[in-house]
Amino acid sequence: MTRILPQTKSAAINPLKSSQPLGAALAFLGIDGAVPLFHGAQGCTSFALVLFVRHFKETIPLQTTAMDEITIILGGSDNLEEAIFNLKTRTTPKLIGVCTTALVETRGEDCAGDISDIRLRRAEELAGTEIVLANTPDFAGALEEGWAKAVTAMIEGITKPGERARQSKKIAILPGWNLTVADLEHLREMVESFGLQSVILPDLSGSLDGTVPDHWVPTTYGGTSIEDIRELGTAEHCIAIGEHMRRPAEVLYKATGVPYVLFQSLTGLKGADQFVSLLSAISGQPVPASVRRRRAQLQDALLDGHFHFGGKKIAIAAEPDQLYQFGAFFVDMGCAITAAVTTTGMSKILEKVPAESIQVGDLGDLESLASGADLLVTHSHGRQASKRLGIPLMRIGFPVFDRLGSQHRLSILYQGTRDLVFEVANLFQAGRRAPTPDELDPFRKRQTPGEPDASLLTRH
Amino acid sequence: MTSLSAKIQDVFDEPACDKNRGKDVRARKEGCARPLTPGAAAGGCAFDGAKIVLQPITDVAHLVHAPLACEGNSWDNRGAASSGPTLWRTSFTTDLTELDVVMGRGERKLFKAIREIKEAYAPAAVFVYSTCVTALIGDDIEAVCKRAAEKFGLAVVPVNAPGLAGSKNLGNKLAAEALLDHVIGTVEPDDAGPYDINVLGEFNLSGEFWLVKPLLDRLGIRVRACIPGDARYRDVASAHSARAAMVVCSTALITLARKMDERWDIPFFEGSFYGISDTSEALRNIAELLVRKGADPEILDRTERLIAQQEAIAWKKLEAYRPRLQGKRVLLNTGGVKSWSLVHALVEIGMEIVGTSVKKSTLEDKVRIKQMLKDDNDTFEQMSARDLYAILSGGKADIMLSGGRTQFVALKAKMPWLDINQERQHPYAGYDGMVELVRQIDLAIHNPIWRQVRERPPWDGPIHGYDALPGPSDDAENLHAVQETAGKAPTICVSAEEIR
Repeated sequence: MTRILPQTKSAAINPLKSSQPLGAALAFLGIDGAVPLFHGAQGCTSFALVLFVRHFKETIPLQTTAMDEITIILGGSDNLEEAIFNLKTRTTPKLIGVCTTALVETRGEDCAGDISDIRLRRAEELAGTEIVLANTPDFAGALEEGWAKAVTAMIEGITKPGERARQSKKIAILPGWNLTVADLEHLREMVESFGLQSVILPDLSGSLDGTVPDHWVPTTYGGTSIEDIRELGTAEHCIAIGEHMRRPAEVLYKATGVPYVLFQSLTGLKGADQFVSLLSAISGQPVPASVRRRRAQLQDALLDGHFHFGGKKIAIAAEPDQLYQFGAFFVDMGCAITAAVTTTGMSKILEKVPAESIQVGDLGDLESLASGADLLVTHSHGRQASKRLGIPLMRIGFPVFDRLGSQHRLSILYQGTRDLVFEVANLFQAGRRAPTPDELDPFRKRQTPGEPDASLLTRH
Repeated sequence: MTSLSAKIQDVFDEPACDKNRGKDVRARKEGCARPLTPGAAAGGCAFDGAKIVLQPITDVAHLVHAPLACEGNSWDNRGAASSGPTLWRTSFTTDLTELDVVMGRGERKLFKAIREIKEAYAPAAVFVYSTCVTALIGDDIEAVCKRAAEKFGLAVVPVNAPGLAGSKNLGNKLAAEALLDHVIGTVEPDDAGPYDINVLGEFNLSGEFWLVKPLLDRLGIRVRACIPGDARYRDVASAHSARAAMVVCSTALITLARKMDERWDIPFFEGSFYGISDTSEALRNIAELLVRKGADPEILDRTERLIAQQEAIAWKKLEAYRPRLQGKRVLLNTGGVKSWSLVHALVEIGMEIVGTSVKKSTLEDKVRIKQMLKDDNDTFEQMSARDLYAILSGGKADIMLSGGRTQFVALKAKMPWLDINQERQHPYAGYDGMVELVRQIDLAIHNPIWRQVRERPPWDGPIHGYDALPGPSDDAENLHAVQETAGKAPTICVSAEEIR
């Protein structure tokens, strides 16, 4: 049983979290023709925007209701309305995704009421633009919660409710935020290889995959279409990926009766096997030769790679579902998770993370728990700890701002797991040192039972 | 909030600001904050501005009293460099939770956070930043800081610049106020001398102040405090003992300079280390101010000799770029850098300026810039992303120099771009910095990828027969491969013939 240790410090040191509204905005960025709108002060948007740009290296449409001292006292509904109509006139978006911030939530604004009021009064002017609200105060949750709330809000607000005629080949996929552009592209190809069609919500592979349009576009270009969200209820089946996507999948099921299967992770042989079996069962098709080939390649990668993984100590900090995704991968390869840090104690998936204990905390916690580890696994902000501890850093999640191409890194199903095995094995190989007589001297470093592990001592 | 409103009124009424002096009484009262348009606004908040000004002080723990986003989404994101302590890059925040906000536990959490930091990091000082939510729930950070300072025997400085107070620029000014109220003048140095100066508003981005400091060293001038670039708390606390000051980024810290002049009789001038003539002018001004304050006048001659020598070297290096950059057209889109001297150097080696923003320039700057432009109408206050894109994709410029915010406007228009704002990778200050800038412009414009990305794919458009297939004829292997592929796909060829 994994013990979950709550945060007891008053000063967070080197935060692991990105904020909840940022997670919601990221989900809205996966919709075609969308502009996320932060309901708060201009800085809330500016910081999120800069962080997105550092990670994706793309233009990011993101706007603010620009609350100030006076509007905070008088109330923000006028600013919200003005922002919505300014966006409507200037960019004609198909979707405005409103994400609240700590500022308006602390004030206790009734944003849902404000929006339905605006919709009612100015329905005609708003024709052609959906407005969806995610309540995402910064003082709760992180990326994962914000992303899930935005997806839930889109299903609740846009998808036609009620039982619909089902299209037998159509699969709705609700990916967690931790799937990259490459993951989504691969997922779609895999589904199509069984003769099925997929609707992915949200689909960052359509909008943030790094392309060069031949004219200026002020909204997202590409991603899930509003029409596809509306028609989500006609899917034969829904596949949700990551525990945080359970709620959106539930909401879809309750609204439309589309049954769902939830995969907690698609990384690793077992998860991939289950996923492929499901596709085969839904489609009634045998598994294509190319997929069998990929599986065999993964088997071989496990064989070649395992020499480098066995006994290695991993220190990992990530949001719950990603912590499980990578934690399980490392343990399945023969490593041990010696330090695990996450952003919240509330997620059900944490019980399944193969670590003795999980600290709810920050990268300061990771740094103090990680001494003696062979590898740090977290986002780019782990770079300072990596340098101080002299332990290599594998960058995963968000933000990754000091390496290119993180969106195009594949880490799911047979092929992604194969690539991960190689990537990590190469990290270990790069860090290998030649043995020295001192290190091996049987009288110097002999380990007796009850003493701490020798490598803990040799590291410093 | 009353004291904060008073502060805001005070910092906006800046007699030393050229722009402010040009306004009538009513306009002056309104301050320099522009009302923001919801849904069409850009730029950071007051908290952002305050942190930008103070965070590069390297041995201080910067503690942000806020829910996660203010610090969690923004830490370790600027390229200032430190020659020693790294504490400033460690992020501290009270990361307020819903319970903290609802139960009103903010002040207690803040106090405990200060204690934890003091015990674990023993910083030279702790700077505590208020933010929107903690201002809204009424946390009295000044009182907490005062109490913590007494209890822990540590300098704990409240920085009262919540985001909702206004713009980034206002935050810059409020940060300076915090230094004036709580830091500067609190330490009396035992080595004050006649050649001590302060440099205000220099951020040491990419370490660029280190291109300038050796010049000052050579002249025997000591930088008492560079605020904030690569600063130590002690230096800032004893900055009042300097004899003269230079303001580099005047929009940010002019008020600080003026008040230091009033309070401690430290005369100042506005200058820049960007561009050759400006760097020389800055050195000259520093020497003159020091002489005015009692330094030996012989420093003036030494300064002139150094300037002559360094300028000659720089121009010689720049001349090498003339053949490659002559006639190239530059679009400048930046508010931050006072760019006229930089523009001057670019024009001097034969480049043309086809447009420049003058958002933060003074009237005097604008006049100078206009003299250097080909067309008077090429200055603009601010340009929308769409308009910038139109200029660039229309081929009306060869490169854009701007900040990161508009980076992808240029890149998506498939135009060379160079970062000259805070995230930049290269140091551009001083004589060597100007040479580096021109070198980077040269590298950007002449990179071979531009030809490649602008090329349309050969298979997009009218389809030709095999003969027209691209492929180096002397590369037998390649040609063979092309023929083989083509041979394997006869159906495509047939349909291609039909289309024609």
